[in-house]
Amino acid sequence: MSESAVRKATGRILPIPTVVLVILIAWYAGAVWLNAPQAEALMDPDQPHGFWTLAQACWSMDRPVLPAPDQIVSALIDSVFGYPLSSPRNLLLQAGYTAEAAGVGLLVGLAFGVALAIGIIHVRTLDRSVMPWVIASQTIPILAIAPMLVVALGVMGITGLTPKAAIVAYLTFFPVTVGMVKGFRTPDPLQLDLMRTYSAGRGTVFAKLRWPASMAFLFPSLKVAVALAVTGAIVAEMPTGAQVGLGARLLAGSYYGQTMMMWSALIMASLLAVFGLLLVFVSERLLILRRGGRL
Amino acid sequence: MSTTATRTVAAPEFVPPAAAAPGIAVNAEKLSIRFGEGEGATVALADIDLTVGRGDFVSLIGPSGCGKTTLLRAIADLVQPTSGTLRVNGMTPDQARLARAYGYVFQAPALLPWRTVARNIMLPLEIMGMARARRRAEAAQYLDLVGLRDFARKFPWQLSGGMQQRVSIARALSFKPSLLLMDEPFGALDEITRDGLNLHLHDLWARTGLTGVFVTHSIPEAVFLSTHIMVMSARPGRVVEVIESTLPRRRRLEDRETPEFLALSRRVRDALHLGYGHV
Repeated sequence: MSESAVRKATGRILPIPTVVLVILIAWYAGAVWLNAPQAEALMDPDQPHGFWTLAQACWSMDRPVLPAPDQIVSALIDSVFGYPLSSPRNLLLQAGYTAEAAGVGLLVGLAFGVALAIGIIHVRTLDRSVMPWVIASQTIPILAIAPMLVVALGVMGITGLTPKAAIVAYLTFFPVTVGMVKGFRTPDPLQLDLMRTYSAGRGTVFAKLRWPASMAFLFPSLKVAVALAVTGAIVAEMPTGAQVGLGARLLAGSYYGQTMMMWSALIMASLLAVFGLLLVFVSERLLILRRGGRL
Repeated sequence: MSTTATRTVAAPEFVPPAAAAPGIAVNAEKLSIRFGEGEGATVALADIDLTVGRGDFVSLIGPSGCGKTTLLRAIADLVQPTSGTLRVNGMTPDQARLARAYGYVFQAPALLPWRTVARNIMLPLEIMGMARARRRAEAAQYLDLVGLRDFARKFPWQLSGGMQQRVSIARALSFKPSLLLMDEPFGALDEITRDGLNLHLHDLWARTGLTGVFVTHSIPEAVFLSTHIMVMSARPGRVVEVIESTLPRRRRLEDRETPEFLALSRRVRDALHLGYGHV
């Protein structure tokens, strides 16, 4: 590797640890600041103590207001490896439930979103009538609609995965529809004329022109949808008296003041979203490679 | 690009379309096209009579807004005539389009950026349901024909503008239409590239017995390529004069310096001035 290549590589990598370091320092400082009143109350008032002793006490509390990063990491490791995978205390198992709801819901939302977009671009009445409803559907806060849906479906005897996936689908179809309507309409009049000179029908125009042209819009939509899917699954897990999933762990943690449990669940949720995003990035990359470097 | 200007392209075994037979490829009588209704309507074409014989190469030349592109689009069934009759290979434009009687080359190459050059040429063949192996063979043949054999696996954006337009010509020819409709295909290209492509197109036409209808702004281009030059005037689009070329069927770029060529150019220019009226 040449000198300039080394410089380029370090130039790209160096900012990341720098930012991480700054966050860690701020975090440890924040833990002292937020935990100090409680830690001080727990300490022996007769024993004189310096700042360092107080800081150490703040970073090793059982139920801190803000746990230190190393506490969260060890709690996370403990909750993943400390119990068998079949135990409900295993966080990986709980993450699995959430991932299932998010994944199934995302696929349903994707299919519905694409189908709706196809309808909107082909049927004028759908274009006029459906889009306002699609937008209106997203103005209702998910926190309001999720419990109602879960309870209503529960009354009908539908529990478990289905209501959660339904909520995820409800959230994720929107970015997909908006993106794909735009994507399907990107072909210019010239390309549409070209297809007409070949006497191509609607189906052919869609398959050969509109669908491939929309790929540049599918992936940004998917990235938004993945983030929404994880959020949606967790929100959906909260209302029903918290049974399974990361949402249940978050809820339980907040009931019992177990901040470490909440933080582990939170970190696990973001890891889940990162994993989903990674899948999207990899498939996008693969398609770009197949198209010679451009989407 | 400049190398192709002087070289004739080695032709692979080429089956001429069933077009060399005498007859009429395009016939228009009292063709009028109006856009819009009532007072705000624009008359794009008024009472156009046009006959393109099989194997002819007809250029449509005229000022902007004279409706030459509209006429070409009407032949291709991309716009509907308001009145008059129009026949393409003896059929209505609609039937001719469904019978895939013509290939159309647009002002811009209109290549699909996600397809390689070869797969762009295969697009019409794919739509027409040709088997994959035959599609490949046909695409390779037409890539050879436009001298782009080495670029089959490149993507459109990796090619120059002139090369892209050659790909779009190969695509228009790939399904062996007897009629090639071209709408200012070289308008956006530089002079040298344009010369090269003119020669290329001329060779292609002379070798295959295609019928060509070619819209252009350029007098030398029209004179060099055409057997007939139809000069049009604007608002409404009318035919000023149809000039039959006195040049031999086979031409070289050097022929553009001959007195005959210049005289013909002069006639076209005079007709154009007549069309402008006010100049």
